Amino acid sequence: MSVDAATVRRIAHLARIAVTDAEVPHLQGELNAMLAFVEQLQEVNVDGVEPMTSVMPMEMKKRADVVNDGEIVDAVTANAPESEDHFFLVPKVVE
Amino acid sequence: MNAPVKPSKLIKGATGDWEMVIGLEIHAQVNSHAKLFSGSSTEFGGAPNSHVSLVDAAMPGMLPVINEECVKQAVRTGLGLNAQINRRSTFDRKNYFYPDLPQGYQISQYKSPIVGEGEVTIELADGETATVGIERLHLEQDAGKLVHDRNPSSTSVDLNRSGVALMEIVSKPDMRSSEQAQAYVSKLRTILRYLGTCDGDMEKGNLRADCNVSVRKPGDPLGTRCEIKNVNSIRFIGQAIDYEARRQIGILEDGGSIDQETRLYDPNKGETRSMRSKEEAHDYRYFPDPDLLPLEFSEDYVAALKAELPELPDEKKARFISAFGLSAYDAAVLVVERESAEFFETTLAGLADKARDGKLAANWVINELFGRLNKEGQDIASSPVSAAQMAAIIDLIGAGVISGKIAKDLFEIVWTEGGDPRALVEERGMKQVTDTGAIEKVVDDIIAANPDKVAQAQAKPALMGWFVGQVMKSSGGKANPQVVNDLLKSKLGI
Repeated sequence: MSVDAATVRRIAHLARIAVTDAEVPHLQGELNAMLAFVEQLQEVNVDGVEPMTSVMPMEMKKRADVVNDGEIVDAVTANAPESEDHFFLVPKVVE
Repeated sequence: MNAPVKPSKLIKGATGDWEMVIGLEIHAQVNSHAKLFSGSSTEFGGAPNSHVSLVDAAMPGMLPVINEECVKQAVRTGLGLNAQINRRSTFDRKNYFYPDLPQGYQISQYKSPIVGEGEVTIELADGETATVGIERLHLEQDAGKLVHDRNPSSTSVDLNRSGVALMEIVSKPDMRSSEQAQAYVSKLRTILRYLGTCDGDMEKGNLRADCNVSVRKPGDPLGTRCEIKNVNSIRFIGQAIDYEARRQIGILEDGGSIDQETRLYDPNKGETRSMRSKEEAHDYRYFPDPDLLPLEFSEDYVAALKAELPELPDEKKARFISAFGLSAYDAAVLVVERESAEFFETTLAGLADKARDGKLAANWVINELFGRLNKEGQDIASSPVSAAQMAAIIDLIGAGVISGKIAKDLFEIVWTEGGDPRALVEERGMKQVTDTGAIEKVVDDIIAANPDKVAQAQAKPALMGWFVGQVMKSSGGKANPQVVNDLLKSKLGI
């Protein structure tokens, strides 16, 4: 499997990352290099092998239904490039 | 639900009859104190970005830890929908870029949902029942809220809702009319509220529907569907579906074809319109969330939750009918809201003779109490008449202490002034007179004073009603009507 220039532009668009035409060939090469590694992995026969989700068998950690976080609006918005009255501000998006 | 569709459910078009096919995706906010993967509050209406932790804001390095109560709520809901509970499910990332989603992906369950197939029985106004299949239920995160009119040049983002747990409940394409779709949403809402897993408050957006609608000629394969996003009232669900079906029929009958797309319903204009162009069609690039292990639990875990489930509306309705002889209609009215059913049950518990007076209690709760609450724009939670007072009034009627007519006066007094109905009856002399001797004296006096009426009544027994009226009047409405009738019949010889 390999990606063409159009796929690179489409993936960039879905992630809302601006990619110039000059950058496309380079990114295409990088993505295809990664996909080549994945392709190698595909050669291994994993029939009947359960996907491994962790190295040590363990149960997922769960939290109790208790409110013990939040109420830190100044910290949450501290690094926002733009904010107003504790709202984050982003370029206008209207459906 | 593959029974032939009733002709009345079909839509007449220029080229013949059309059948609607509807499937719904309901997003129900899970009742919990904290969010699905963080410890911040789910409370509605906080100051902007107050109920937000660094996890909800998707700060780098933050890891999600699942709230166990949300898991339990999803299992309870699955049990309430008679659905298969999957003891192993997994979380996936649904990737899309939008400012209401700080992570850039929503944690959802794509491949292996926590709940599989189930079913819901719906009832329509004409008494028809139908079964709607449930395809799946999965847990996922809600997104934040965008405000477009606060700032002239920017959109304002409030992440309070970001990360709150949702259950997405996906039906099979089993509905064939907007009425069925509405009945399904109402029923689902009732079940969720009984289970306590979602408050069902559609005004706050805690229950909202995506409606998938397509049309076809009866017997044809499924047509291309359109999805109407985020409809937030049962009335609008009906309107949006009807509009959309007619729009599609119009296009097809003009020789066009339907584009599969996402649409929005505009309640002001009463129409649906396209939401995104095709190029923007979402490609979510789902993949397993590496931050979360599979969600696994034992059979015992499910059994323990099942043992704690409350009685659900269908069971409750069946019990009201079999134990107290209620009509199906009355039983349905009582069970539709959990609070109403609880009020009725508390009333029943206060009765001296449940078996005798259960049906009477249903009549009184529905007609007198609910009728009055509706008229005054109040709900059961703010009822001025308590279940205990209601039970006392019904006991008094059932035991023959007061007549039904006097009971209405008593109800009025309890509604406006409050007080113990039994004491009120004593204090205000409202007791029905069942003492035959006393009533007999009144009957004799009236017969003696009206010989002409006696002759008329003997010729035409229907005129006995006049005597009943006179006796009731002179007894202040307190004479037992049955005793009066019996006495008059024997004295007048009719």
